[in-house]
Amino acid sequence: MTSSTAPRTLYDKIFDDHIVDRQEDGTCLLYIDRHLVHEVTSPQAFEGLRMTGRKVRAPEKTLAVVDHNIPTTDRKAGIAEEESRIQVEALAKNAKDFGVEYFNELDIRQGIVHIVGPEQGFTLPGTTIVCGDSHTSTHGAFGALAHGIGTSEVEHVLATQTLIQKKAKNMLVQVDGALAKGVTAKDVTLAIIGEIGTAGGTGSVIEYAGEAIRALSMEGRMTVCNMSIEGGARAGMIAPDEKAFTYLNGRPKAPKGAAWDEAMRYWETLRTDEGAHFDRIVKLDAANLPPIVSWGTSPEDVISVAGSVPNPDDIAEETKRSSKWRALDYMGLKPGTRMTEIPLDVIWIGSCTNGRIEDLRAVAKIVEGKKIAGSLDYAMIVPGSGLVKQQAEEEGLDKIFLAAGFEWREPGCSMCLGMNPDQLKPGQRAASTSNRNFEGRQGFKGRTHLVSPQMAAAAALAGHFVDVRQMG
Amino acid sequence: MQPFTTLTSTPAPLKVINVDTDMIIPKQYLKTIKRTGLGTALFAEMRYNEDGAENPDFVLNQPAYRKSEILVAGDNFGCGSSREHAPWALLDFGIRCVISTSFADIFYNNCFKNGILPIVVSPEDLEKLFDDADRGSNATLTVDLAKQEIKGPDGGTVTFDIDPFRKHCLLNGLDDIGLTMEKAPKIDAFEAKLAKRAWA
Repeated sequence: MTSSTAPRTLYDKIFDDHIVDRQEDGTCLLYIDRHLVHEVTSPQAFEGLRMTGRKVRAPEKTLAVVDHNIPTTDRKAGIAEEESRIQVEALAKNAKDFGVEYFNELDIRQGIVHIVGPEQGFTLPGTTIVCGDSHTSTHGAFGALAHGIGTSEVEHVLATQTLIQKKAKNMLVQVDGALAKGVTAKDVTLAIIGEIGTAGGTGSVIEYAGEAIRALSMEGRMTVCNMSIEGGARAGMIAPDEKAFTYLNGRPKAPKGAAWDEAMRYWETLRTDEGAHFDRIVKLDAANLPPIVSWGTSPEDVISVAGSVPNPDDIAEETKRSSKWRALDYMGLKPGTRMTEIPLDVIWIGSCTNGRIEDLRAVAKIVEGKKIAGSLDYAMIVPGSGLVKQQAEEEGLDKIFLAAGFEWREPGCSMCLGMNPDQLKPGQRAASTSNRNFEGRQGFKGRTHLVSPQMAAAAALAGHFVDVRQMG
Repeated sequence: MQPFTTLTSTPAPLKVINVDTDMIIPKQYLKTIKRTGLGTALFAEMRYNEDGAENPDFVLNQPAYRKSEILVAGDNFGCGSSREHAPWALLDFGIRCVISTSFADIFYNNCFKNGILPIVVSPEDLEKLFDDADRGSNATLTVDLAKQEIKGPDGGTVTFDIDPFRKHCLLNGLDDIGLTMEKAPKIDAFEAKLAKRAWA
């Protein structure tokens, strides 16, 4: 065990502070401070509690919200799709029966669970946060230890407010230098995944540091931590600073008054000590990063917008080579095709990666007074939460989007995973601000290119990818 | 949870890297509020054609592998979403052991909660196991968890590492929640300490 005087990483500190019990083999029981629950991965967990006569141990540390399968059209008339409706009704009933606070589909505070947590101040530095969703890593932007869990673990946390955990490895991703104009947090995270591969962070918790990370807004930091899982790491985190504290101060569930002051004294200690050990260090120079587009069916399949589709025959290893050919076949692309020459059918802007107010402002700035390309089937914007939607409308962004030809929807996960009616049709090709370009992810045989909101906005106007660095 | 001790089966080869959980079970099957009955949805988009008929090229549709209980797959199996529907679908289909060079963390963890054994082997051993699997019904593998070894059709063995606590739980089919509940006094004590923090 680490002695208290040895230098520790941010992850070490939060992990150590939450150990309830430690077995001889290093298996720990870790206390969980915050548990977010949504409709898709929780019904079986609540059912398990019922079958065993167990209660939710700490309902006040649990927050439920619907996001994954709800339609993004007007929901006042109810949910037409029967299975989705049953799942949503099950969450409402489970929340009521077990005494858990619940934001339903008509609540202004409803939204994608990873946007709601920070927005409500439910997400706090130094806490352990879990949710039955892999993008829980988002909350690490505030210096929380946050990661996704399966449904059995959801039940475990509901029943015991703890998780059985072994310490992961420490990995540092340091991004120094300044980003070029038009290059965003999304490009940083895609570049990192391209560098380390989708299994690069397996078994590790990533801490992001360096001047380019510090320079990011909280929204940008959430984008980076969000996609840690696409690099294989269950959790990503950034030491909290003044930006994080300012973001949280005054949020409904954040501590107030003397409690805030006490919290601040602790939060200010939440940084990696000088000389702390990292098992792996990866360094990137922000100044060299271009806007990035994915070309395949894994988030590691990325390239500069100024580049071309790579040739899988350049890969020596057989299974990897055949897998990348399979990806190109699925995507309907040929090696050597310039990324800017790929015509698009759909533009989708939203998700827990890029559905926050700053993302929408960036899109509005590019599309204001312009029209989306006539060659597109459609372009859709889905705000990450009811409060993001309200804020955008107060700023008049909705009018800019509608005038440009975008659809402006109700908040939810929507086409990021296509559990609701928002899905790509077979063969349709989308520029998407979401996080996964897996086969079938956004719709059966749909083709996804992952990009930043700025790149999606510029592509919406042109009907194909354009290098945002070359725009006025 | 059903204990896992030994398992003998024809292994099915899935020579694809980064098999993600969307591939293992596509989202349209996540709207269930039950854990059971997901076997027909396993690998649905690779396993069935658009008209719903079986795709004869997909490994689990081939006669030798239709009853395989062991899957041998490319690197980084189970990446992506945290959906436990992925191991539920594997289990319901009948697969109780997956062998690869690496697994995504959340999927790996979810397997142990459902009596599925994920085994990590070296790239060289994976190639050997792919070769065995290519022999179809002429070859079987025997996985012995207690001995931490895989016995091949020609008598060769591959040994593997596994966390001792996970091994113990899997061998005995132990329920995690029950084990943790026994530590309730420690959780109470931790919460009493937390209560002194005004903000937590």
